[in-house]
Amino acid sequence: MSQATALQTAAAVEAGSQEFLVFSLGDEEYAIDILKVQEIRGYENVTRIANAPDFIKGVANLRGVIVPIVDLRIKFRLERADYDDQTVVIVVNIADRVVGIVVDRVSDVMTLTAEQRKPAPEFGLSLPLDYISGLGNLDERMLVLVDIEKMLTSEEMALVEEAGE
Amino acid sequence: MDITEFYDTFFEEADELLAEMESHLLELDVDNPDVERLNAIFRAAHSIKGGAGTFGFEALQRTTHLLENLLDYTRRGELALRRDIVDTFLEAKDMLNDQLDAYRQGGEPDPEALERICETLRRLALEELGEDAGAEVAGAAPSASASPEPAADPAPAEAAPSAGEGTPDGGARFQVTLIGVADKDRDLLIEELAQLGDIEDQQADGERHRVVLTSSLSGDDIEAVMCFIAEPEQLEVRALDAAAPAAASESKPEVKAEAEAAPAPAATKPAAPAKAEAAAKSSDAAKKGGESTSIRVPVSKVDQIINLVGELIITQSMLNQVAEDSETVNDGALVTGLNLLQRTARDLQEAVMSVRMVPMDYVFSRFPRLVRDLAGKLDKDVELVTEGKSTELDKGLTERIIDPLTHLVRNSLDHGIETPDRREAAGKPRTGRLTLSAQHQGGNILIEVIDDGGGLNRDKILEKARSSGLSVSDSMSDDEVWQLIFAPGFSTADAVSDVSGRGVGMDVVKRNIQAMGGHVEILSTPGQGTTTRIVLPLTLAILDGMSIKVGQEMFILPVSAVIESLQPRADDLYSMAGGDVLLKVREDYLPVVAVHHALDVADAITDPTRAIAVIVQGEGRRYALLVDELVGQQQVVVKNLETNYRKVPGVSAATILGDGSVALILDVADMHRLGQSKKENPVFGAPTRARPVEEVEPS
Repeated sequence: MSQATALQTAAAVEAGSQEFLVFSLGDEEYAIDILKVQEIRGYENVTRIANAPDFIKGVANLRGVIVPIVDLRIKFRLERADYDDQTVVIVVNIADRVVGIVVDRVSDVMTLTAEQRKPAPEFGLSLPLDYISGLGNLDERMLVLVDIEKMLTSEEMALVEEAGE
Repeated sequence: MDITEFYDTFFEEADELLAEMESHLLELDVDNPDVERLNAIFRAAHSIKGGAGTFGFEALQRTTHLLENLLDYTRRGELALRRDIVDTFLEAKDMLNDQLDAYRQGGEPDPEALERICETLRRLALEELGEDAGAEVAGAAPSASASPEPAADPAPAEAAPSAGEGTPDGGARFQVTLIGVADKDRDLLIEELAQLGDIEDQQADGERHRVVLTSSLSGDDIEAVMCFIAEPEQLEVRALDAAAPAAASESKPEVKAEAEAAPAPAATKPAAPAKAEAAAKSSDAAKKGGESTSIRVPVSKVDQIINLVGELIITQSMLNQVAEDSETVNDGALVTGLNLLQRTARDLQEAVMSVRMVPMDYVFSRFPRLVRDLAGKLDKDVELVTEGKSTELDKGLTERIIDPLTHLVRNSLDHGIETPDRREAAGKPRTGRLTLSAQHQGGNILIEVIDDGGGLNRDKILEKARSSGLSVSDSMSDDEVWQLIFAPGFSTADAVSDVSGRGVGMDVVKRNIQAMGGHVEILSTPGQGTTTRIVLPLTLAILDGMSIKVGQEMFILPVSAVIESLQPRADDLYSMAGGDVLLKVREDYLPVVAVHHALDVADAITDPTRAIAVIVQGEGRRYALLVDELVGQQQVVVKNLETNYRKVPGVSAATILGDGSVALILDVADMHRLGQSKKENPVFGAPTRARPVEEVEPS
């Protein structure tokens, strides 16, 4: 992420708005806080890890750092999880860790003002409500705002060693 | 600028000085002390005192002051050394360490401990030096502690004893020349000088900046204070006023004051110590000059470089691959360039790795003290011999080897080496000998703790093992019996002593060493002694790996764990009840663990007779790992999996292959467990997937 983006974000936060990276899983559009995003790369060269849950695709080499790759589509039981040249990995920085998440497509970066952000509905989404921080209203589009840090550090993700283990 | 920024520098320097002081104290020959050595000890105390004064560490300053005074008498031969005096000095040195730690953590040292050590030193002075001198040494302390603000002005503490000398009120005048000091440091130094006395005049002349200062401190003290900011060769402190010889002694009022027990100094005497001091100072400066060729770098920075170099090598092999595959292979210049890059990259990697290596002296140097103290406590005479001090080992490992080694040394002293009387009765010299040695052996380092004590008692170990419920038999080989002492909770000591024998330890030693990728062996001969041998890899950052292929997946096995590999014959495979398969290798029957089964690899060779059996050893257990193919042997850079992920069963770490993909490094000991748990608990794996046992059944 460039410094310019960070500056813009800082300015945006002042105005009560926040920048999000928008991606899609199946037919739904999701958005995560752009400050958590380190980079976006293609899906390639992932080494499988034995005896791990199916949604953990394995580990990949990110310039010398070994990064686990999680497929959110498998985790949240979306109908299809294909790997094509549109499939991308969003590399996020959460809780001092670097994790890659596989999504169908990354569309754009959006700024949402405080008015455009609504509380999450109680049902009807593919993702559990726990990880959803709200909904974003953008003309006719609806974005599901995901608390990516909370989601990836959750126990069910099995990414982080549980305490006492 | 805040002076606290220099705290760290002071702490590190003080640590080094204390370590130096200790090693000199330990090597001191009590009956015939080496003057140079005494001088070095004195200088260390003196430098710490100077720094402590500057930074306002009052307790530290007080203790070093007392110690310094005593040391001063010793080095001038007025205080005869004895073993117990050296012990007191060592105790004081430990106290200084504690004080330093307290200050480092932002606290104050324990006042009781401070009083105790000050009292001990004062008493020593009174007893050994008689009333006058003793009173002076002892008397100097209260005035130091009475000084309200030692940080701002350490002068009163030091000036107190010299007051009777008739220094004029304003003190002596000095010309301090700063040579080639950076602007910001110079300002700081001048600020510092202003605190030490009155600045009368200053002028800059190119690289040189002269300051004329009136101070009640000695030239040495001024220099000592400033040494924490500037290098000694950047400083020149010269006393002004009076004639030259007087100036020389004037610049050492402190030496003079402490040298003279009587209030009125004799004119002839100060010259000698002053000269000695000057000589000592110059040798000190020379030494400091030598030190400036090295730099202190945090390990994290070095690790970052190692990481980047690893990346460089991966990129380089990717380039090579591309060049080989492409049409441009005929381009001579490209090939030459790539070869050059490869060579340079390898050299760079080696050079960077060597940065992490430190000599074993770093580890061994802490044992003379331990052995001395323990031997004293146990009433034994022990001579410590260290060999191979310059053998280099990864810094990360040296730090982790200290604890296990300490334990082994304690054991050798407590259980190994006998009391002098018993040794004499056994026809051995009264003084026991403990040898610590280190040497390289291939990619490993061999560290040995050798004692010439009584050796291990086979019967006693067996008896003890039986009583603690371990399965043993009298027919066990010596090696097997010695391994028993690594069992948890095992101790053969007759009495639980202060030193060892609580039954925790050897198992911890073994575990620690295994965690470092090494192993321990014991050799023992009754009546002749015991040798404990630790074999460790030189570094944890790089591993000699054997690449293996299972299905389409590549794994790395540590070469150190591999004994041999072979293609199993159907006749040598025996399937047992419960799904176990044994492979007969010569006379041994080894359990078989199939990698594809343990790690759920698809499309692997399931017929053991078509696969390759790699015989491996982990945690003392030998077994056969079934793999599809051996690909080759290469050095790999070890990458932690847990940085961003978590511990993976059967895997110790990961590495990056030449094509940029990640390969997992198998944990040989854990693979065996994984194989077992998969068998017992089919839920974990795919129970229906072909098990070796089905193919093996010869029927």
